[in-house]
Amino acid sequence: MLEVNGLRVAYGGIQAVRGITFHVREGEMVALIGANGAGKSSTLRALARLLDPAGGNVRYRGQEIQTLPAHRLVEQGIALVPEGRGVFPRMSCLENLRMGAYSRNDRREVDNDLDHVLGHFPRLKERAQQLAGTLSGGEQQMLAIGRALMSRPKLLLLDEPSMGLAPIMVQKIFQVIRDIAAEGMTILLVEQNAKLALEVSQRGYVMESGQITVSDESSRLLADPKVRAAYLGE
Amino acid sequence: MNLRFGKSMPWLGVVLVAVVLLAVPFVAALGGQAWVRIANFAILYIFLALGLNIVVGYAGLLDLGYVAFYAVGAYTYALLASPHFGIHLPFWMILPIGAALACFFGVILGAPTLKLRGDYLAIVTLGFGEIIRIFMNNLNAPINVTNGAQGITLIDPIRFGDFSFAQTGHLFGFTISGPQKYYFLLVALAIVVIVINIRLQDSRVGRAWQAIREDEVAAKACGINTRNVKLLAFAMGASFGGIAGGVFAAMQGFVSPESFSLMESITILAMVVLGGMGHIPGVILGAVLLTALPEALRYGIEPLQRMIFGRMFLDPESLRMLVFGLALVLVMRFRPAGLWPSSQRRRELAEPAD
Repeated sequence: MLEVNGLRVAYGGIQAVRGITFHVREGEMVALIGANGAGKSSTLRALARLLDPAGGNVRYRGQEIQTLPAHRLVEQGIALVPEGRGVFPRMSCLENLRMGAYSRNDRREVDNDLDHVLGHFPRLKERAQQLAGTLSGGEQQMLAIGRALMSRPKLLLLDEPSMGLAPIMVQKIFQVIRDIAAEGMTILLVEQNAKLALEVSQRGYVMESGQITVSDESSRLLADPKVRAAYLGE
Repeated sequence: MNLRFGKSMPWLGVVLVAVVLLAVPFVAALGGQAWVRIANFAILYIFLALGLNIVVGYAGLLDLGYVAFYAVGAYTYALLASPHFGIHLPFWMILPIGAALACFFGVILGAPTLKLRGDYLAIVTLGFGEIIRIFMNNLNAPINVTNGAQGITLIDPIRFGDFSFAQTGHLFGFTISGPQKYYFLLVALAIVVIVINIRLQDSRVGRAWQAIREDEVAAKACGINTRNVKLLAFAMGASFGGIAGGVFAAMQGFVSPESFSLMESITILAMVVLGGMGHIPGVILGAVLLTALPEALRYGIEPLQRMIFGRMFLDPESLRMLVFGLALVLVMRFRPAGLWPSSQRRRELAEPAD
C-alpha cells in the first residue's frame, strides 16, 4: 500500500533521514522503532508532508505522492496523529472530532462515523462538550486518534502515541490501536516504546541515526538478542 | 449589536437599534455638522475594524500593515475620480476596482508571509504598510501618479445620477446634509460587513481559521489547505480595507499619504483588540470608543483645564496619546480578552495554553 524508496529528510545541512526504504502492506501494522533522534518522527512528518523531503519517492496505492500537499493526502486517505497529540485545545471534544472530518462533505456518514469513533473511546463520549485542553494527556491522545479516524483514512500514521503517558493509559491506548487494526486499518506506528510496538505490530523496522539497520517480523525482532540489548533494556 | 436581544425579543431589539441608528445623524447635527462627521468616521472605523477582525480575530494573523489596503482603496478612488488624471468614473465602478486591487495586494502580502507567525508576521506587515505609504509619498516623479505629499484634491463625491452626497438635499420633506447622506451609506456598508462577519464565524472556513489559530500542524493534519485559507483571510480583510478607503476618499474629497501612517494601523488594531478580538459586538464597541475618545478629549479637555487651572497646560493632541496608551494598558491588564469578548475568547485567555 505504501512504498517508500530512498527517502531523505534534512534540516538545513543536517541529514535526519538518510535514504530509507521500506513498505507497508494493506491491512498490516508496521512499527518503526529506534532511539530518540533516530529520525522516526521526521520520516513520518515527511510522509504526511508536514515537512518537505529532501529526496526519494513515496508511492501510495501505486501513485507517487511525495509532491502532494498535506491536505490532499488527507483526501487520499492518509491520516497522521501528530506527536505530542496536537488537539485543538479550545475546541470541545466533539468539535475536535468534527474538525477531523473537515475534508469530507457527506454529513450523514460523518455522524455515523462520529458514533463509531466514540464507541472506541467511551471516555470521550462522557466528555464530549469539554474543552480538549482540559483533558488528561491520555484522553487527548485518544482524541487525536479519534480525530484522525474521522477523516476515514485507509492508512493511519501514528507518531509516538505512548509519549508522556502513564503506563495504564499506554495500555489503554494500545488496546484501542489493536482494535482499530483488527477492523482492517493499515497502520504505520512510530514508537520509542519498542517492546509495546513490536508486540502489537506484524513487522518492524529499526532506525538508527537516519538509517534502517534491521527489518524483520516483529516477533523475530522481539527475540533478536541485539534488538533486545539495544531497545528493550536487557 | 442586537444579537443578544435577538433571542428573546427579536423585534424589539431590531426596532430599537434601527431607531437609534436613524436618530444619530439628526441628533448629532444639533451640535453641528462636525459631529455628524465624527459619527461617520466611527462607522467607517467599524467597517475597517471588522475587516481587520477577519485577519486578526478569526485567522489569528497579526497584521500591522492593514492601513496599506485602506490607502490602496483611497488612492484608487482618488485617481479614478478626480481632475488629477481627468478621469471621472462612477463610484459603483471604482469601489469594486479598489476592492479588487486591495485584495490583490492582500495576496501579495500574504503569499511570502505564509510561514511566518506572531512577531515575525507583525514586522513584515508593518514594513509592507510603510512601503505603500512611502510609495504614495514619492510616486510623483518621474511620472506624477500620486502627486506626492501634497495628495490629491477635488475628488468627486459619491453620486447616484443627480443625487450627490456632497450637497444638502431634500428627501421625504426632510433636509439632509451631505455628511448625513454619507452616514446612511456608511451604515448600509457596515451592516453588510457585519452580516459577512457573522456568516464567516460559523462557516466551514471560519472553523478552518479557528483550527489554524489553535494549532497549525494539527490543522494541516486534518486536511485543511492552510495556505489557501490564510490567503483567503488576507484577501478578504484587504478587500474591506479597499472599500473603506474608497468611501473615505469620496467623503473627504482629499487624500494624502499622511492619512495612512503606521499610527492608523495601530489604532485600527487597537479597536479590534480593545473591544474583543473575534467578537463582532466587541469590535464595534472598540471602534466607537476609540473614535469618540479623541473627539471627547478635543472638546472636553480644553474647557476643563481652563475651568480648573485657568489656562491650558496640555494640548489635547499630546494628551490623546497619553490617555490612549493608558486605556490600552488598563484594559489589557484587567480585561485581557477585551472589553466585550466572546465567550470562546474568554475561555482561551482564562486558562493558559499548554
